Amino acid sequence: MAAAAGAWLRGCAKLRRHMPAHLAPWRVCPRVFRSSKSELRPNLASDGLVCAPLQMFTEEEAMLKDMVAKFAQERVAPFVQKMDENAKMEDSIVQGLFEQGLMSIELGEEYGGTGASFFSIILAVEELAKVDPAVSLVCELQNTLTNKLFTTYGTEEQKRTYLPRVSKDTLGSFCLSEAGSGSDAFSLKTRAEKKGDYYIINGSKMWISLAEDAGVFFVMANTDPSLGYRGITCFIVDRNTEGLHVGKKEDKLGIRACSTCPVTFDNVKVPESSILGQVGQGYKYAIGMLNTGRIGIAAQMLGLAQGCFDRTVPYTKERVQFGKSIFDFQGMQHQIAQVATQLEAARLLTYNAARLAEAGRPAIKEASMAKFFTAEVATLTTSKCIEWMGGVGFTRNYPIEKYYRDCKIGTIYEGTSNIQLSTIAKFLAQEY
Amino acid sequence: MAALRVLVGVKRVIDFAVKVRVAPGGGGVQTQGVKHALNPFCEIALEEAVRLKEAGLAKEVIAASLGTKSSQETLRTALAVGADRAVLAEVGEGVATGPLEVATALAALVGRLQPQLVLLGKQAIDDDCNQTGQLLAAMLDWPQSRGMTGYIPPDGCEAPGLEGGPVHTGRLPVLTGPQGTFASRVELEDGAVRVQREVDGGLETLRLRLPAVLTADLRLNEPRYATLPNIMKAKKKPMEVIPAADLGVSGGSPRLKVLQVQEPPARAGGEKVENVETLVEKLRQSGRI
Repeated sequence: MAAAAGAWLRGCAKLRRHMPAHLAPWRVCPRVFRSSKSELRPNLASDGLVCAPLQMFTEEEAMLKDMVAKFAQERVAPFVQKMDENAKMEDSIVQGLFEQGLMSIELGEEYGGTGASFFSIILAVEELAKVDPAVSLVCELQNTLTNKLFTTYGTEEQKRTYLPRVSKDTLGSFCLSEAGSGSDAFSLKTRAEKKGDYYIINGSKMWISLAEDAGVFFVMANTDPSLGYRGITCFIVDRNTEGLHVGKKEDKLGIRACSTCPVTFDNVKVPESSILGQVGQGYKYAIGMLNTGRIGIAAQMLGLAQGCFDRTVPYTKERVQFGKSIFDFQGMQHQIAQVATQLEAARLLTYNAARLAEAGRPAIKEASMAKFFTAEVATLTTSKCIEWMGGVGFTRNYPIEKYYRDCKIGTIYEGTSNIQLSTIAKFLAQEY
Repeated sequence: MAALRVLVGVKRVIDFAVKVRVAPGGGGVQTQGVKHALNPFCEIALEEAVRLKEAGLAKEVIAASLGTKSSQETLRTALAVGADRAVLAEVGEGVATGPLEVATALAALVGRLQPQLVLLGKQAIDDDCNQTGQLLAAMLDWPQSRGMTGYIPPDGCEAPGLEGGPVHTGRLPVLTGPQGTFASRVELEDGAVRVQREVDGGLETLRLRLPAVLTADLRLNEPRYATLPNIMKAKKKPMEVIPAADLGVSGGSPRLKVLQVQEPPARAGGEKVENVETLVEKLRQSGRI
C-alpha cells in the first residue's frame, strides 16, 4: 500500500509542471513559493535602530506624554461636556495647545516648532483623545496635515510666511472632499482657471474639518479637467480672501466640538505663488499626506478607546450586584480581557506604523491596517463599555456615551474602512 | 539687588493619582512598575524658583535630589520646567533614605554650590514627614533655625539677644524660632526674604535674612506645565551625578525603620434605624457606649 502510494507520488512529482501549485501534494516537495513578502528578507536592525519593545519611549517622548496627560486632565476635561453640548470648541484649549508647543511638534525650531519626533505627535494625539477626541483631532490635523504639507512641499518663501503662523496661532484646514466626491476624491469638480499669473477658483467643498476657525485653507482644485486627476493642484488660500465663504457647520453625532463645514469658492482669485508644490501634482500630495494622517487617526481612535476603557473598569470594580462586584463575574472578566487584548493589539499596530514612518521605511500597508483596526476596536470597546456600565452608561451625565458617539467617525473619515481594506489588499496582491 | 542662586530640592514619589497597594509582606508599598512623578510640593517650590529667575531676581536655579538612578527622570522634568542644571546624589537600590539623609546631602551640596536661597516642598506625599526643610536649616544654622540668628527685627524694635529666649518688642512678637516653612507667599528684598506662612492661627509674615531655607505650601503658586520646547531643551542641560557617600550620606543603619504598612479596614455598610431607642440599643450592642 505504501509502495503504491510512493509510486503514485513520484508519478505526481514528474507531473509537477502540469499541476497547479495549490493542488501539489505537500509531500512531494517543500516548494518555496515565490513571494516578495518582506518577511522572508530579514529585517535587520542596522545601526541606529534599536530592537526595543514598542512601548518604550525616549525620555523626551515620555515627558511629553506626561505633560499632555496633565494638560488634558486639567485644562481640557472640565470643558468636555459643555463643548459637546454646544458643539463649540473652547478658545482657551486651542490657545493652550499652541502655547504648549503641541501644534508644531515636528516643525523645526527655526519655524517656531520643537523638532520632536513623529512618534511624539502620535503620543500627544493619543493622550488628548483619552479625554476628548475632538480636541485631539485639532492637534492631529495641524501636525500631520497642515504642518506636513508645508514642510514637505512648500517653497522657502511659503514656509517662511506660513509656518511661524501655524505654529503660533493659526489653524490650517484641508479642503478635498465635495458633495459629489468623498472616497472618489479625484473626481472633484472644483475648478481653478489660469488667468495670466493668477488663478480663479470656483466650486464648493463639503465636510471640511476645522473650517469654522481655520486661518489658512489648502484647496484642491482642478486646473485642467481634461487631464483628469492629473490636473488637481493644491492652492494655499487665506481665510480673508474675497469669495471664500465658510458655511454653517454640520450638526454631528460625534466629535461635535470640532467644526465641520461646507466651504464655497466664488471667483476666488489667488496668485500663482500660492500653489503648493507643482501644478497637477495635487493628487500625489493628497495621497502622501493621508498616509501619515491615517496613523494620526489611528492614534486618536486608540486614545478614545483607551480613555473609555479606563473610565469603565474602575466602575465595574465598584459596582456590586448579587453580593460581589460585577468585575468578579467570570463572564464580565472574559469580556473585559478580550477588549483589553484588542486594545493592546491596536496600540502595537499604531505604534509600529508610527515608528516605521519615523524611520522613513514604507508603511502604507501598516498605516492602513492601523487605522482600520483601531477604528474597529474603538467601536467595539465603546459599545462594550456602555453595556458594562449599565443604565449609567446610557445617560448623558456620564462621559461614556460620548465616546460611543465619537468613535463612529473613525471608520469614515481620512479614508473609509472599505478603502483601507482595499489598500491593504492591493499590497497583499503585490506580495504574493 | 544681587541675583541669587537658588537650590531646589525635588523628590521622586509615587504619582498622586496611582492607587497605592501594600507590598506583599506588609513592609511597605508596591513601587515596582508603579508610575512615579515629581512630588507636588517640590513642583510648587520649583515653580517659585523659576518665577524668581524670570523676574530677574535669581540668576540660576539648581534642582537637586537624593535617590536612585531613576531619580534622573524626575530631575529631567525639573530641567524641563525651568531649572538650569541638576544634581543627583545617587544611592544604590534598596538603600533606605529619610529626611535626615536628604538634609545631610543637601547641606553638603549647599556647601559646594553656595546658594543664597534653598526652596523645598513642605513634605513629600509618600511619607508626609515634613522634616527635611527644618533639619536642613538647623544643620546650616540658617533662618528657619531654632536660634535667633538671621532674624531681622521690624523697625523700631530692639534686636533680640543671642542668648535666646523671647524678647517682647513694640509691635511684632518675637518668636523663638522664625521658620520659613509652609510659605504661601515669598517676596525677595535686598539681602532678605519676606515670607508669608500659613500657620494654625492664620497667616504670619516674617522677614528672614538671606541665606535662608523655605518650604513651599500648597497655595504658594500654581505650577506650570513643561512646554514642549522646554522638554526638548532639557536634554542639553547639565546633570551631575554624585555618589551620596561623597556628600556624607552613610548607607548604613537607618535611624527610621518601617515596621508595617497595612490598608485601612474595609468600610462596612451603615444601617438605618427607625427611632432613637433602637439607635441607642444598637450602639450599646456594638459596644460603642
